[in-house]
Amino acid sequence: MTILAINGKKIEAAGGTILDVARANGIHIPTLCHHAALAPQGACRLCLVEVKGMRVLQPACTYPISEGMDVQTDSPKVRTARKFVLELLLSDHPKDCMTCETCGHCELQDLIYEYGVKETPFVGDRHLFPPDERDPFILRDMEKCIRCRRCIRACDEIQAVNALTMMNRGFRAKVATAFDTRMQDSNCIFCGQCVSVCPTGALTEKDSHGKGRDWQTTKVATTCPYCGVGCNFDLNVRDGKVVKVTSAWNAPANKGALCVKGRFGWQFLHHPDRLTTPLMKTSFWKEIKGTEGAPSPYKGFVETDWDTALDAAAGRLSAVRSADGPDALAILTSAKCTNEENYLMQKLARKEIGTNNIDHCARL
Amino acid sequence: MTIEELERIRTEARQILAERGERFLPDGELKPPRPGEVRVVLRNCGQIDPKRIEEYIAKEGYFALHKILNMTPEQVIDETKRSGLRGRGGAGFPAGQKWFFARQALASRPAPADGAPPAYLICNGDEGDPGAFMDRAVLEGDPHSVLEGMAIAAYAMGATQGYVYVRAEYPVAVEHLQTALPQARRLGLLGKNIFGKGFDFDVDIRIGAGAFVCGEETALIDSIEGRRGEPRPRPPFPAVSGLWGRPTSVNNVETLANVPQIFLKGADWFAGMGTEKSKGTKTFAIAGKVKNAGLIEVPMGITMREIIYDIGGGILNKKEFKAAQTGGPLGGCLPAKYLDTPIDFESLVAAGSLMGSGGLIVLDENDCMVDVARFFMDFTQDESCGKCPPCWLGTKRLLEILTRITRAEGTEKDLETLEYLTQNISTASLCALGQGSVNPVVTTMRHFRDEYEAHVRDKFCSSGVCKGMFHYEILADTCNGCGACRLKCPDKVIKGAKKAVHEIDQANCIVCGDCYKACKFAAIAIRPRPTPKSKLPECG
Ligand SMILES: Cc1cc2nc3c(=O)[nH]c(=O)nc-3n(C[C@H](O)[C@H](O)[C@H](O)COP(=O)(O)O)c2cc1C
Ligand code: SF4
Ligand code: SF4
Ligand code: SF4
Ligand code: SF4
Ligand code: SF4
Ligand code: SF4
Ligand code: FES
Repeated sequence: MTILAINGKKIEAAGGTILDVARANGIHIPTLCHHAALAPQGACRLCLVEVKGMRVLQPACTYPISEGMDVQTDSPKVRTARKFVLELLLSDHPKDCMTCETCGHCELQDLIYEYGVKETPFVGDRHLFPPDERDPFILRDMEKCIRCRRCIRACDEIQAVNALTMMNRGFRAKVATAFDTRMQDSNCIFCGQCVSVCPTGALTEKDSHGKGRDWQTTKVATTCPYCGVGCNFDLNVRDGKVVKVTSAWNAPANKGALCVKGRFGWQFLHHPDRLTTPLMKTSFWKEIKGTEGAPSPYKGFVETDWDTALDAAAGRLSAVRSADGPDALAILTSAKCTNEENYLMQKLARKEIGTNNIDHCARL
Repeated sequence: MTIEELERIRTEARQILAERGERFLPDGELKPPRPGEVRVVLRNCGQIDPKRIEEYIAKEGYFALHKILNMTPEQVIDETKRSGLRGRGGAGFPAGQKWFFARQALASRPAPADGAPPAYLICNGDEGDPGAFMDRAVLEGDPHSVLEGMAIAAYAMGATQGYVYVRAEYPVAVEHLQTALPQARRLGLLGKNIFGKGFDFDVDIRIGAGAFVCGEETALIDSIEGRRGEPRPRPPFPAVSGLWGRPTSVNNVETLANVPQIFLKGADWFAGMGTEKSKGTKTFAIAGKVKNAGLIEVPMGITMREIIYDIGGGILNKKEFKAAQTGGPLGGCLPAKYLDTPIDFESLVAAGSLMGSGGLIVLDENDCMVDVARFFMDFTQDESCGKCPPCWLGTKRLLEILTRITRAEGTEKDLETLEYLTQNISTASLCALGQGSVNPVVTTMRHFRDEYEAHVRDKFCSSGVCKGMFHYEILADTCNGCGACRLKCPDKVIKGAKKAVHEIDQANCIVCGDCYKACKFAAIAIRPRPTPKSKLPECG
């Protein structure tokens, strides 16, 4: 056990950084470049603290604790430095929170509020990048980028794609893809991990723009229907409509990460073409019901309900089995199904139908 | 390689050197030591052919390596500590101590399972300070002294692989290293089982792409690993977790070039030069308004006055000394009252500047201190890696204010903002680049506050540098009517009869300064303009 003092309070801890220990003990230290899912890098300087004996302020997010350490997390010196950094960031930031997609869950906005930075004392150049709307799914508004590099680290550490990097130095330094192309022309796979870690409105979900602020939506936890990994995520719902997908960092299967389909492929939910009832071939319907059936918008199909559709399918399968034996039937399942669903399908094949003709699309 | 063989090569090569008159470069290029200079790291430069290892051996080369391989690494560390050798790359950290920390970290960790080197020794030859070329001189003129120093350091700390990180702008240095490495390997002075003592060490070259920040050791390590060079917060220190996460020592070229000499001549010999805390010699690149600019090597503790006036020959054109800028872009400007300060690590820091890597720029009355600060800030802002806002954004704001002041657009408030910026940038930045970037501003504001005030209050640049903020006047009581100025004036706007006081037609003068330079009688003065011109278009 290491014994140290934070703000004069004696604290025992097993190890970790000053930030880890402070947070575990309910001591607030602001952060901006830090993200629990990413390796700390000490870039933004918001978490600066005073460590007794050190000439300059030290970042709590990277500084390991040691025996007898004496830390001040909220001294005037610390507060001045943090306010200074915020004033600098504000001097290179469009002050348009009112129309910003991230307003209300923006970490920069929260800190500017916490430190009461109404005005910046600095006048000078400001980056004037037009919002980059050339890509699908992700809108990059680099004027709002504070260069915390969370996106770069997420792309590297979580997704292992490394589509993003810093380019240039000094004031001209910016986040970019290789050769500064649009994301579509880089090796980006649009997983959106970068969007989910961005603390500001620099990276946002393009299709969610204007559809609802964080506080106007409710989060409905669900599991992704696209594949068998079983990623958990939250449908962000406003007035009965899904407007965005986000994922909690403690989601058991995916730890907050999603793929392009899970994160961005939700528009089909409210698409007019989406099937909401089962359809049955008009000829089949006629064969078993002897009537024309309810017309559907799809040529050659009638609309029906689940009971009717399942009964009809079961009836047909039983008929084939009685006429030609169980091996006349075969079942092919899908990698998109969960393990449990695949298990049930083989049970259906082997136990109910009585055939070993069961296979799976992934076994090519 | 055996000691007998090394001795045989030495004897033969001494013959060649003697026949050549103990020199390699021709007269014009060979710069003999000036009075007051003591050459330790530059001792062989120009004397030997840097592309022939035999000539280095003739100068006792690789004998120190043989000697230390009969000592324990701990003894090598202790001897280096006793010599008082401190890093010449800027921070002045004791070299022996650095190897000790790396060795300690190495002992506490298992070796890599895949047989990769357990620890690394990196020679920092990035030398990014504008106007500095000390390390270049050593790498070009005596590459083997650096390689031998590296081998000794590697033995002390426990490294088996070394890298020389050298900037691409030094093609000759790269070429000479590329020649030196196979020569040393061929003679068994690098590679496996050196001198049959079971010590393995090899060196590779890594070429930097010319980013100043890549000279910072953690950024340099990133760069060798193939990533964009950006400083990382410490801890962990490179001695504990450096290249590929292994214990690493980064040492400057000049530091390493001292090492063989320390073991040949003894720690006491080295400790006999310099001051109490700064031992040995230091190379300086003197530049600016000094008569004999160039590279020198002097004992630590020498004063600035001795360097500038005795060795440098004094200020050009009988002008008045105003300040010396030491330590490169992260250093500071020291006024005349520091001329007798001994040059050592502590004294320079106490004066608000730095030893840095040894740049020394002499400034005279015609150098504007605000403009000097602006010049360095322009460099630092350009070279900031862009990682932490105090530096990438703070230096931008500093630069903007300094630019405004030198364009007659500055206000009193700007001076306050400058102070607010410098204080906070220095405490909040991640690495020494940001922390030190403010030094040129802080020292010029401290020692030349009157110039800043004249710029913002009177819109007057008394040095005659900032365009639109001064004009020239002919002093009626000094002008003897020689007419030199009149003849020089490109716009023919100076009137005056022979032997009569001349006068400038201010309305048509373009403030080119030719008359000012031409007057041999100091009869032309820099004076405030009656109406300062502000908002000049950007130029130059
Ligand atoms: C911005 C910056 C640039 C640096 N550039 C160099 C350099 O060009 N050469 C060098 O030897 N050290 C440079 N350093 C210092 C190195 O980080 C490191 O301290 C040094 O190489 C250690 O060697 P030494 O102990 O022999 O001095 C630089 C430091 C900073 C902060
Ligand atoms: S990114 Fe944050 S601070 Fe910037 S405009 Fe949007 S909400 Fe405001
Ligand atoms: S969407 Fe995914 S792959 Fe593309 S840049 Fe962001 S993190 Fe990288
Ligand atoms: S885009 Fe967002 S996550 Fe990436 S560096 Fe900018 S602010 Fe940080
Ligand atoms: S101080 Fe400057 S160079 Fe150093 S890490 Fe920060 S931005 Fe990069
Ligand atoms: S400053 Fe130039 S233009 Fe003006 S008087 Fe002198 S020489 Fe002529
Ligand atoms: S050069 Fe000097 S002394 Fe000669 S006329 Fe001009 S101002 Fe007078
Ligand atoms: S949160 Fe620690 S430096 Fe950014």
